[in-house]
Amino acid sequence: MKSTRMTALLAVIVTSLLAVFASSVSSAATTKTTTISVVSLIPGSTPEAIAQFNNQVAAFEKANPSIKVKPIEYQWTGPTFAAKLAAGTLPTVFEVPFTDARSLGDNGQLADLTAEIKQLPYYSKYNKAVLAEGTTAKGKIIALPKGAYAMALHYNRKLFTAAGLDPNKPPTTWAQVQSYARLITQKTGKAGYAQMGKDDNSAGWVFTTLVYSLGGRMETGRGTTAKATLNNAKAVTALSMLKKMRWTDNTMGSNFDMGWSDINQAFAAGNVGMYINGSDVYTNLVSASNIDPSIYGLAPIPLAKNKTAGVLGGGTLVAVRPDANAAARAAAVKWIDFYYERPLVDKAQAIRNAKTLVAGKQPVGVPALPLFNKAQYDLANTWIKPYINVPLAQMKPFNTGIFNQQVIAEPAASTQSVYKTLDGPVQAVLTDKNANVQQLLDQANSTAQAQISAGK
Amino acid sequence: MATVDPIDVHWTDSEPAVLSGREYRRARRTPLTWVRGGGLATLLFLLPMLFVFGAFSWYPIVRTVIMSVQHTNLVSPATWVGLDNFRAVLNDPVLPKAVENTAEFAGLALIFGYPVPLVAAVLMSEARRFRGVYSALAYLPVVIPPVVAVLLWKTFYDASPTGVFNTILGWVHLGPYPWLQSQQTALPSLVLESTWANAGGTVIIYLAALTGVNRELYEAASVDGASLWRKVWHITIPQLRGVLLLTMILQIIGTAQVFLEPYLFTSGGPANATVTVLLMIYNYAFGNSLGGDYGSATALSLMLAAFLALFSLLYLRLTRSWSSK
Repeated sequence: MKSTRMTALLAVIVTSLLAVFASSVSSAATTKTTTISVVSLIPGSTPEAIAQFNNQVAAFEKANPSIKVKPIEYQWTGPTFAAKLAAGTLPTVFEVPFTDARSLGDNGQLADLTAEIKQLPYYSKYNKAVLAEGTTAKGKIIALPKGAYAMALHYNRKLFTAAGLDPNKPPTTWAQVQSYARLITQKTGKAGYAQMGKDDNSAGWVFTTLVYSLGGRMETGRGTTAKATLNNAKAVTALSMLKKMRWTDNTMGSNFDMGWSDINQAFAAGNVGMYINGSDVYTNLVSASNIDPSIYGLAPIPLAKNKTAGVLGGGTLVAVRPDANAAARAAAVKWIDFYYERPLVDKAQAIRNAKTLVAGKQPVGVPALPLFNKAQYDLANTWIKPYINVPLAQMKPFNTGIFNQQVIAEPAASTQSVYKTLDGPVQAVLTDKNANVQQLLDQANSTAQAQISAGK
Repeated sequence: MATVDPIDVHWTDSEPAVLSGREYRRARRTPLTWVRGGGLATLLFLLPMLFVFGAFSWYPIVRTVIMSVQHTNLVSPATWVGLDNFRAVLNDPVLPKAVENTAEFAGLALIFGYPVPLVAAVLMSEARRFRGVYSALAYLPVVIPPVVAVLLWKTFYDASPTGVFNTILGWVHLGPYPWLQSQQTALPSLVLESTWANAGGTVIIYLAALTGVNRELYEAASVDGASLWRKVWHITIPQLRGVLLLTMILQIIGTAQVFLEPYLFTSGGPANATVTVLLMIYNYAFGNSLGGDYGSATALSLMLAAFLALFSLLYLRLTRSWSSK
């Protein structure tokens, strides 16, 4: 009797233990989480911007309980990206410029997301040219667009007024840019016009914009057989114009080695009358440089009156580490869909996103180029209209002018090397009164040709 | 006939050993005696150092040599390219400018930066009071993190009339000067900051060396009516010649590898006016966002290392007689 009781007790204990074990195994199986690291904001962002991003992460994790998101501050720069790529320390989800994604994908340095991306309900609606920026030569989709921009002329309305200029009438020709810059410098002592001059490809990037606006091109063809044309006549005109503004007009201030962040800070601090940067840079001016919105003005780049003149367009893509496993890839595409793409195509998500941005005192309605089509872009803007907090009236010259301009893609072959090569001539004319423009561009052209031919 | 091991004979024999001491020790060394003699403990103590040196010094050197004959971006598989990387580096149009700038930096640092710590150390050693305060002040720049120091000097070098240096010079109706914004003044500006940042360490070395100089020599010179300058020229410098020669070669090697100042101040600009050999190596490795050209970077590193090794050998040979006097 006693032994029967003991046996029954043991059986109960063992059964209970087995049940607990089984339930824990089953619960572990159902709640297995996938952790991905994602790029968040650039270092130095305001606490409000960081809080806004964290709110987005919380909302995503609530909607996807099996995915854990680890935000990592990130700012794309050529040197740090190359180092992180080689060291394998990039986050699971990261951003790359239009210029690099295809080459990285062809080299097997980005994950193949074709299967996951084709599942997205709006996949077929993408602008084919934009999607092509994230598609390899073999047709693999390795990145989705985050945003596209056209280069634009940003101007300080307060300095315009102080110089006796109408802040609602920004310059529409390069001759006007020069004369306005002279007036601003004379009346305020500030740099009338400033340009990125840093030896980190940014000087070459903005100089290429200037040349495009006059109708020139930096190369013809694609791949290693492309021909460098850095010393074209429009480039000579553009560099000579910079030299004149620097040394004859003396309207470019005293700092000629500003990079992307430096010039944004200088502009936000009210020290620059006009400068060229991407049309979407207002976000950075708010989140990292605390700009006073009342001083901000945005206009299209003045274009020369010829058929080849156009505005340089570019953009940013979102990609995934090549070593991400299937679960991480799926989670990464879910995050890309949630954070980057849905707000452009889904009304509820667009409104939710706009509300979060407004709550975090971040800009809503920053001008950009459509990733799908103009109609979708306009529609998405109508959804978020009540939440738009950027000074739209001050951006009107750009928003009305940009869709009449020809948007031209960045040089296709060895883009960053071409920009790097052009950094030198720009720096030379800004720091040497006797710089020989033609000679500088000829030298740059032969250097760039060697880089293109070597596929670097 | 059975042979007899002489060692055994001598172990058991009370007569003086026939074998020399060296032969005797060699014959007795077995793994067991090595362990008993503390060999294992020595090896155990040595292992961490061997590991650290192996992992962080020798392995990278071996990898550098291998990578210099490869085409690799550390992501795609490497391919062997022989001496192509060396040819590519030697044909790079930026190389002559980088070598020229590096030599100019080293030369300017030698002319202006080398005597400053010596003069400061001599003057400080002559000070009767607050010598510790002077030493601390001289060493302070070394304590400041280099990035902070460069950011500080960047504001000093602001090219606008309201920049710190330009404001000060404006009081005496000089300037404003472009400092880092001019191809002519950028490199000397870097040398100036570098001298300020690095002099403190050398001052401390000189001060320590000066304490070893026999004070009686100075007293005798004073009795003979020697001026401070003659005491320095005839006593201090000859007495410090060993240290002086050492700091000179260390400075030349250090300045030949200058990277921090051009990287943080100017990124090699304007228009390559401050690009140096080490900055070129960095640009090869990290300048292209599509993946570095680590083959060219390591090839140039090896060329620089070989040059510095040869230069050091030559220097030591030429100065051997002077330093050993």
